[in-house]
Amino acid sequence: MNALLAILFYLATLLFVVGLFHRIRTYAATPAPLKIPTTPAPTTTGGVVLRMTREVVLFESLFKANLWTWALGWLFHASMALVVLRHLRYFIEPVWSWVAFIQPFGIYAGIAMLLGLLGLWGRRLFVERIRYISTPSDHLMLLLFIVIAVSGLMMKFVVHTDVIAVKIFFKGLMNFSIQPLPADTILVLHLFSVVVLLVIFPFSKLLHAPGVFFSPTRNQADNPREKRHISAWAAKMESEK
Amino acid sequence: MADITPPAYRSIPVIPKLIPGAMEGKGPFIASDKINEALGFTGHLPDDWHDKAIAKMGDLLTRFRSLRVYMDACVHCGACSDKCHYFIGTQDPKNMPVARQDLMRSVYRRYFTLPGKLFPKLVGARDLTREVLDEWHNYFHQCSECRRCSVFCPYGIDTAEVTMAAREILQSVGMGQKYSLEILGKVHKIGNNLGLPAPALKDTLEGLEEDVKDATGIDVLFPMDVKGAEVLLITPSADFFAEPHIDSLIGYAKVFHATGTSWTLSSMSSEAGNFGMFIGNYDQLRQAALRIRQAALELGVKRIVVGECGHAWRVAYSFWNTLTGVGDGADANDRFAQMLQKQLDHRYKQPAHICEFTWDMIQDERLEFDKSANDNLIVTFHDSCNVARGSRMGDYPGGQFDIPRNIIRTVANNYVDMDPSTTHERTFCCGGGGGLLTDDLMNVRVKGALPRMEMFQQVTDTQKVNFMACICAICKTQFSKVMPVYGFDRRMVGGVHQLVSNAIVLGKNK
Repeated sequence: MNALLAILFYLATLLFVVGLFHRIRTYAATPAPLKIPTTPAPTTTGGVVLRMTREVVLFESLFKANLWTWALGWLFHASMALVVLRHLRYFIEPVWSWVAFIQPFGIYAGIAMLLGLLGLWGRRLFVERIRYISTPSDHLMLLLFIVIAVSGLMMKFVVHTDVIAVKIFFKGLMNFSIQPLPADTILVLHLFSVVVLLVIFPFSKLLHAPGVFFSPTRNQADNPREKRHISAWAAKMESEK
Repeated sequence: MADITPPAYRSIPVIPKLIPGAMEGKGPFIASDKINEALGFTGHLPDDWHDKAIAKMGDLLTRFRSLRVYMDACVHCGACSDKCHYFIGTQDPKNMPVARQDLMRSVYRRYFTLPGKLFPKLVGARDLTREVLDEWHNYFHQCSECRRCSVFCPYGIDTAEVTMAAREILQSVGMGQKYSLEILGKVHKIGNNLGLPAPALKDTLEGLEEDVKDATGIDVLFPMDVKGAEVLLITPSADFFAEPHIDSLIGYAKVFHATGTSWTLSSMSSEAGNFGMFIGNYDQLRQAALRIRQAALELGVKRIVVGECGHAWRVAYSFWNTLTGVGDGADANDRFAQMLQKQLDHRYKQPAHICEFTWDMIQDERLEFDKSANDNLIVTFHDSCNVARGSRMGDYPGGQFDIPRNIIRTVANNYVDMDPSTTHERTFCCGGGGGLLTDDLMNVRVKGALPRMEMFQQVTDTQKVNFMACICAICKTQFSKVMPVYGFDRRMVGGVHQLVSNAIVLGKNK
C-alpha cells in the first residue's frame, strides 16, 4: 500500500505541477487585445495590485454580491489555507516556529473549513438558483473536500494515526525513498482523496485559483487614454495596410 | 406595444422564482445573405457549420484572454445569479449570467477540456448541435453586455465577453443578428447607423440652426466638415433627429457657442456608436472606429469630443487608442498612432466626453446658467451601464459618476438620486443595450427594464421626480419606448445636455 500511495503521490504531484504550469502558461500567452477593466478601476499598477489583493484575500466582489456565499466561501478558503500551512510540519525538519505556533489554530480551522463546506453544499442543494446551475461535478467537488476534511479531523479526534510515521513517509518521498506508512483506513482515504484533488486541479473549476490573477476585468489598470494598449495580432492589422 | 404587459413590480426586491423556459423562442431576426455579404460574412448556415463554429471558438480562445480564463474559472458560486436585469424581469433561469455563460461553457468543455471529452455528463458538457446553436442565438440576444454581473463575480468574469464571443461564433456560420449587422453595413457605406447621407445631415443641421435662432434669437452654429476646427464632435446619429436626443445636441452646440469653441461635425464620420463591439468582432469594431481617425486627420482637428452615448463612450474611452490611435502615450516608433497623436492637443484628454468638456468649462467659469429654467423638473440620473462599468471621466476612478451629476446640480435646482443599490457601478441597464434595441426584441426589452422602472417609480412616488436624465442614446430611445408601458410619460427621459440647454445663458460672450 505505501508503495502504491508513494507512486500515486509522485504521479499526482507531477500532473499537478505540469498541468497547472501549462494552464498558467496558456493564460499568460493569450493576449488581451482590449482594455476591459470593470470600472471604477485603479489607474496605476500599484492600484491594481491592491485591488487584486483585496479580491484574493478578502473576496471583495463576492462580499458585494451575497453575504451568505461570501461568509461561507471565505470561511472555507481561509480555514483551508491555515490547514494547509499546518500540514507543513510533515515536510520540514526542524519545524519552523510559526508553523509550530499555528498548530492548535489549524485544528479549529479544520472544523471551520468543514462547516464552510457544509454551508456551501447546503446552498447548492437548497437554494433554487444555485441548484439549477450545479453540475454533478460541483457536488462531487464539495464531497471530495468534505471527505478530506472529515478524514483529517477523524485522525485527530477519533482514531489517532501515528503522525511520526506519516512524517517519515513524506520526508522519505521528498528524498525519493519509500518509507512504511501506518496501515490505517482513514489515513489512506485522506491521502488518496488528496491525490484525487491534485489530479483534477488542472482540469477543473479549481483553475479559478490561478485564473483570477489573469482576469482582465480585474488585473488591468484603467489608463487607456494615457497609454496605447495593443496586442501583437492587432498591431499586425496596422502594418498590413 | 399593446400586447406586451410589463412584469409586476416586486414590493420588496426579492429574488424571483425560476420559470424555466419562460423566454424560449426564436430570438431576433437573422441577417439576410445580402446584409451578411456586405460585411464579408458568411451568408447562411453552411453544411460544415459545426466544424466552422468549433474552429471559430478555438480561434477566439487563442486571441482573447478574457474568454480563455472565463471559460475555466467559473465555480458556479451563484454570486451573479440574481444580478441580471433580464433574469429579474423574465425569471428564465437561462438569463442568470452564470447559466448564460454555461450555454457556451458546456460546449467549451466538450471540445476543449479533457474531463468534458471523457465524462461530458459529469461536468455538464454537451455537443454543439443545431438546437444548441438556436439556443445561443436566442439567449445571447437576451444579454445587453452591460457588465453588471462582472461587478459581483469573485473572478471578474464578464458575461459581455462571453456574449460577444458567442455572437461572433454565430455570425461566422451565417447566424448574425439582422439589426446589428444591418446597422454596421450603413456605417461602412454612409457613415452613420441611421444611413443619413451628407446632404440630409446638412439640411437637418441648418434646420436646427433656425430652430435655435427662433427660440433664443442667437446664431448658434451646427458646423459640418469644417477643416481646421479645434474640436471634432463625434456623437450618436440619433442625436440628429430622434427625440429627446436632439435636445442634447442643441445643448452641446450651445456650450461650444457660449465658450467660443470652434467645432465641427463630420459627414463622413457622423456616428459615435459602434455596433462592432456588440457583435464581438474586432475587425468590424476597428473598421467602424477608423472612420473617426480618418475624419480627424482630414479635418486637422486638435480635440475629439464624444456626445452622449453609453457604449460609444466605452469604445471611445477604452478602445479608440488601441483601435485608431485617438489618445496619448503611443510608442515613439508607433507610426500609425503617432501620426494622429502628434496632431492632437495633449493639454486635453483625448478623446473627451462632452460632459468632461462642459464640466471643465463650468469650473473655468466660462458658462453661465439660469437654474430656474429647470425648476419645473425634479431630476434624477440614470447611470448608463457602459459609462458606469466600462469607462471613466475626469482624473480619478468614479469620475464618470460625479461629473454628470455635478453638471446637473449646476444647471438645475432639484436633484435626487435613486436607490444606491441601482446607481453608480451597480446601475441597472435600461434593457435595450448591446444590440437589443430592435422591435423584434420588444418583449425582452420591456421585461429587462423592470428593475430600473421599480426604482424610478420609487423616486417618483416619494420625491416627486419627473425627469430621468441620462447620457446614452440607447437609454433615451429605450426608455421613451418602454416607459409608457410602465405608465410613465415618454418625455420623462432626456439627456444631461438637454438640461444644460434649458438653463444656459447665451449672448454674453458675443
